Amino acid sequence: MKVGVLALQGDVREHLRALQDCGVEPISVRRPEEIKAVDALVIPGGESTTIAHLAQTFDVFDLISERIKSGLPVYGSCAGMILLADRVLDATADQRTFGGMDITVRRNAFGRQVDSFEIDIAMQALTHAAMRAVFIRAPWVEQIGPGVQVLSSVTREGVSHPVAVRQGHMLATSFHPELTEDSRIHRYFIEEVCKSA
Amino acid sequence: MSEVIGTGRVKRGMAEMLKGGVIMDVVNAEQAKIAEDSGAVAVMALERVPADIRAQGGVARMSDPDMIEKIKAAVSIPVMAKARIGHFVEAQILESLGVDYIDESEVLTPADYKNHIDKWKFTVPFVCGATNLGEALRRINEGAAMIRSKGEAGTGDVSNAVTHMREIGGAIRRLTSMRDDELYVAAKEFQAPYELVKEVAQTGKLPVVLFTAGGIATPADAAMMMQLGADGVFIGSGIFKSGDPARRAAACVKATTFFDDPKVISDASRGLGDAMVGINVADIPVPHRLADRGW
Repeated sequence: MKVGVLALQGDVREHLRALQDCGVEPISVRRPEEIKAVDALVIPGGESTTIAHLAQTFDVFDLISERIKSGLPVYGSCAGMILLADRVLDATADQRTFGGMDITVRRNAFGRQVDSFEIDIAMQALTHAAMRAVFIRAPWVEQIGPGVQVLSSVTREGVSHPVAVRQGHMLATSFHPELTEDSRIHRYFIEEVCKSA
Repeated sequence: MSEVIGTGRVKRGMAEMLKGGVIMDVVNAEQAKIAEDSGAVAVMALERVPADIRAQGGVARMSDPDMIEKIKAAVSIPVMAKARIGHFVEAQILESLGVDYIDESEVLTPADYKNHIDKWKFTVPFVCGATNLGEALRRINEGAAMIRSKGEAGTGDVSNAVTHMREIGGAIRRLTSMRDDELYVAAKEFQAPYELVKEVAQTGKLPVVLFTAGGIATPADAAMMMQLGADGVFIGSGIFKSGDPARRAAACVKATTFFDDPKVISDASRGLGDAMVGINVADIPVPHRLADRGW
């Protein structure tokens, strides 16, 4: 299985390393022919506006969007989650997303960098042990469609906000498992999400 | 473990998210918007770009909080701002304003000619300039979560950025080839903590993200610095002192992403209008060189 990490901008290297830890040999992809050749795609953390801008500039935006809609297994962390969402709140005026997931995501929902945090979260669908999650200017999911499964949430002011969601062949997290040594999310993507697609 | 803010991982991780991107100096909300629309990963809010600081002289200080707030309100990407070297109260003010990163910068007039800010005391992360590996490791030891080569800001002359990036990269490569017992002397020569020197020797890279800055004015400059090992690029005066800022900004973003593809860089370099006029670093008298500030 050929797993690509979208390498337009962001923490590509960390995702490549996390995928290597899962025993796959990932490649970084940014050109149309490279994106056409992968069997699964990871959209890294970074700036969602920049990644969308570059994807349009280099004519891979519609290609990625179409491949996701036709069943390409995909995982996005942070900016990647925003780019997979069908709807985005607090976006820039003309911000586009690849879409595919029937979710509404709020950008920078947890606040600015001074509010960025780490916390132990539960993710019963994957694992019984707590997982250290790193949130950086992170989004959260505000609404989900019927086909979306919430894997984990974080509570703010008494309200529970989904931070890890799956819809069939698509997986998204608000946080950055690639910044920790913990590869359980990447393993779940490779062994469960990709296999079921 | 419970919830915690301001950890090393959160601070350094923020810089990881900026990799492969361009951070642009802006002096007002309109410029910030142009930068965001051009694909900048962050903006640096300041009152005067380095070229103007150089031209106008005088003491350069932290920007007016009103101006920083306006820029914060105008864009959704991260907003950085500069504090003077050693001026921990300017840093406290910037943190209270909620800026996303503080640049303890030699472009402003230093407030302390001996000590830098104790950056561990802050929740907000810091980026600092460096001309060589020892300087970079001293800043990291003080809590910097990101390093940028200094270059010579406000000149449009990339030569010092090249010198500093080669200096840092070359020193890292030499460290990786040393025996363990040679690292003690290396630490002494770098005037840097042994533990950091050892870490660099083992991993072959800085423990934080390394950007480049100072004199980058064209897409080709940006791409060259990326090929020399930068994780990303700061462009100060180079964008908004040029003839067509929006176009040049977008071109520099493209060249930074496809830094190893001459075809893309060449297309990005077409029809950009006038680059900033620039000054040769060699023509600047030594006391006026900004890169020498910081120790």
